[in-house]
Amino acid sequence: MSTTAPELRLPPSRHLTPPEVRELERTWSDRPGILGWLATVDHKHIARRFIVTCFVFFLLGGLLAAAMRMQLARPENDLLGPDLYNQIFTMHGSTMMFLFAVPVMQAVAIYFVPLMVGARNIAFPRTAAFSYWILLAGGVFLFVGFVLNIGPDVGWFAYVPLSGPQYSPGKRADWWAQMITFTEVSALLASICIIATVFKLRAPGMTLTRIPLFVWASLVTAFMILFAMPAVMLASTMLIMDRLIGTHFFNPADGGDALLWQHLFWFFGHPEVYIIFIPGLGMLSSIIAPFARRPIYGYPAMVLSLIATAFLGFALWVHHMFATNVAELGKSFFTAASMVIAIPTAIQIFCWIATLWTGKLNFRTPLLYVLGFFFILILGGLTGVMLASVSLDTQIHDTFFVVAHLHYVLIGGAVFPLFGAFYYWFPKMTGRMLSERLGRWNFWLFFIGFNVAFFPMHILGLEGMPRRVYTYPAELGWGTLNLVSTLGAVTIAVSVLLFILNVVVSLRRGALAPDNPWGAGTLEWATSSPPPACNFVDVPIVHGREPLWQPTRGPEYVTGLATHAREVLVTSVVDALPDQRLMQPDSTIWPFVSSLAVSAMFVGSIFNPWAIVWGAIPVAIALTAWFWPGREETRKALALEKAP
Amino acid sequence: MLLAMLPMATPLAGAAPFQNALNPTGIQAAHIYTLWNVMLGVCTVVFVATMIGLLIALRRGGRGDETTPAEVARFGDPERIAHRSVVASVAISIALLLFLLAASVFTDRALARLPLQNALTLDITAHQFWWEVQYNDDPPSRNFITANELQIPVGRPVIARLHSDDVIHSLWVPNLHGKKDLIPGETSLIQFRADKAGDYRGQCAEFCGWQHAWMAFNVKALPPSDFERWAEQQRHSAPEPATDIAKRGRDVFESGPCGMCHNIQGTNAHGQFAPDLTHVASRPTLAAGRLPNTPEHMMAWIVNPQQFKPGANMPAVPLSPDDLRALVAYLQTLK
Repeated sequence: MSTTAPELRLPPSRHLTPPEVRELERTWSDRPGILGWLATVDHKHIARRFIVTCFVFFLLGGLLAAAMRMQLARPENDLLGPDLYNQIFTMHGSTMMFLFAVPVMQAVAIYFVPLMVGARNIAFPRTAAFSYWILLAGGVFLFVGFVLNIGPDVGWFAYVPLSGPQYSPGKRADWWAQMITFTEVSALLASICIIATVFKLRAPGMTLTRIPLFVWASLVTAFMILFAMPAVMLASTMLIMDRLIGTHFFNPADGGDALLWQHLFWFFGHPEVYIIFIPGLGMLSSIIAPFARRPIYGYPAMVLSLIATAFLGFALWVHHMFATNVAELGKSFFTAASMVIAIPTAIQIFCWIATLWTGKLNFRTPLLYVLGFFFILILGGLTGVMLASVSLDTQIHDTFFVVAHLHYVLIGGAVFPLFGAFYYWFPKMTGRMLSERLGRWNFWLFFIGFNVAFFPMHILGLEGMPRRVYTYPAELGWGTLNLVSTLGAVTIAVSVLLFILNVVVSLRRGALAPDNPWGAGTLEWATSSPPPACNFVDVPIVHGREPLWQPTRGPEYVTGLATHAREVLVTSVVDALPDQRLMQPDSTIWPFVSSLAVSAMFVGSIFNPWAIVWGAIPVAIALTAWFWPGREETRKALALEKAP
Repeated sequence: MLLAMLPMATPLAGAAPFQNALNPTGIQAAHIYTLWNVMLGVCTVVFVATMIGLLIALRRGGRGDETTPAEVARFGDPERIAHRSVVASVAISIALLLFLLAASVFTDRALARLPLQNALTLDITAHQFWWEVQYNDDPPSRNFITANELQIPVGRPVIARLHSDDVIHSLWVPNLHGKKDLIPGETSLIQFRADKAGDYRGQCAEFCGWQHAWMAFNVKALPPSDFERWAEQQRHSAPEPATDIAKRGRDVFESGPCGMCHNIQGTNAHGQFAPDLTHVASRPTLAAGRLPNTPEHMMAWIVNPQQFKPGANMPAVPLSPDDLRALVAYLQTLK
């Protein structure tokens, strides 16, 4: 990707001499060569790899979906047998949730949160690098298993006892559970980096009330991950222990409980939906403001809605279990909670409509994706209200109605905003504009294809078609709508191909992007496109919510940070007052090596529990090397230290 | 708009009405269907109203491009009209949600209030990948067991206790009621009533492994007198085979592997792992809805079940052609 990017243009500094600027850039740059590439701790490079990797998983997950649609296109089709079909739908769900939707949102945050808060790098950059490598390892691990015919086949939810030792012999369910471990480690670490960046590395003056809404969304999401992911890590670890070392957490014959899994899984699984959805909301706010030429209406309401969604998201999990024998009165509570969560989303939608109503609209591709979001997500949200009702849910739960609903919510709520954000931020990441004409084709084919593919599924579900069936008898009359749905899926595939074409062509021949091609107001547009290694030659000082739109006031930039060391300015949590200068760690190969050691331990433990013991030794060695203070760095840090 | 395309009064042409939540034939499914119509109506109105609001916003909003100066004056502006509109929209949303919540709770209550006098009680046990149904009676000697079919009297409530023998399954007959999970180690209950005679198809609705797709069963709702006749028939043991070929077939069944898993009341075959075959010939389908119950399909199924239901627990049974014919001839006598 970087080889085709235009020559880096170092922005002129307002207080540094050109040699100082060059030194600053050298300080923050990666070392050359393949080792330098593996050792990078630059958040932009990490995030770019993260995004490309997640997008590859999105394509793989999409191919799996296409295979399923081909199988279901007509009744009693024998393209795929039940064995392969079950693997494919498990892989599709697991890939899209764990290897695409959650990490891609974090990846965009890793790229843009530091830029939007005016930081020179993300906090804990080595941890961010490790987070990427471990996700890559987990994804490769999952697909290697699939190719070797040990792809998981018990659904992305892996309900026990079906996934337990008795009903899933072999290694398939272990493969799934261990993939969870990889991706959760990655997600938790990335969250820590994002939280620390937002709290401590904001440019001076960016008080809590001036944080861009996308950054708020990323922060809220990171906190949700911290609270939600441990539940699934616990559950998947208990499952692995049941399978490998003979514990009986989920074995009802030995006093275990089959429903315990569902509680633990959905305590993670429902917040997961919002972990995917909330960053999308942040992206929408980022896009709507510049394309309506005004700040988002109702900033405090928007922020509070995000936070309210995050809290309520933890109180809904039983609505995935309405068909079980959980007490009926308890279920009613979850009906109410599931309906209440519609309110914060409604508030945001109304605020955006108010923003558009009073704005001056610039109809470019990013805005088209926002409008697509409105149509699809509102429809998906309303079917969500239907699913919140216990009695109605008993009819449509686990049918194609739910398949339709969840795709309306996740594709409408996350993928459309993500594509919009991609068109919006691509110039910043690469220095080139994407083609507007291909962008429009891409959007309309996606929008139409999506509705053709997924709308009929509502009807199929009501007409009695359950989910996760590899085929269905002809006399039930589901053939026509399934064929229509498959045609819609083909349209989506064409649209995604156009998107790839657009990216490839634009990287080579796209128009060069100016620093701020959309005339936006947030800080990522204050630096060059693509940004230099140090992000900001002059670290900005912020005086308002949309710094680039507001009249400049002094002081405009931070002075006094070293140019020969990776120094960043740490600020206070609430008011972003300058607090201290912190030296960030240098590039290093050890996060990469650590990820290899950890991966070996994770994979080995599937086959032998002793792998945890012996595998811990290389992990300990790699981590020790990672944290070992370098002589040169220590010398620099001591030299820069100043007595107060 | 799209939501309005969702079928409201009649199911879409082409779809079978016998496995369809939009064609209720029992009081429970009818309650849920009413709720569905309420929800669909309210949600359609909300969707259309929001889209109209959005379209007006897009038309009313001015036009600009990236060079248009941004209106930062908005920071100091309380924007009273926008404020009032957003607050009003949120208030309407909350009111509608409260209404839907009430509708949902009242439906739950109506479902719980099904009159249960003179109820028929069943124990339904799910297996990978078939259904076992025990009809309970007083005295218990009048109990009987069948598989993959349910016959129930029209107008009489049914209480089914649900069990699972292996993994989690879910019982779902959309024309009669919503679904209920069958969970190993727990017993759940479902209560329903068929109000119209007919055949309704049910299907497992919780992913349960390889043959989740072919774990169906048939519910036949019939007049009470017909039901009693059928039940009486089911209580009888298998009749003594009358013809030579059928006698030979019974010998094949008893001496071969069949009796290890299957039960035929009145013979030496008492296996408990697979469907009870005492009245197999009276059932409409074979292998939990996979095949129509004809002698040819029965033969094909016995010879190679994995061809029809890969992953099912029934192994292929190698029999000489004569033995096979005899076996099927015998099984066909088990009305």
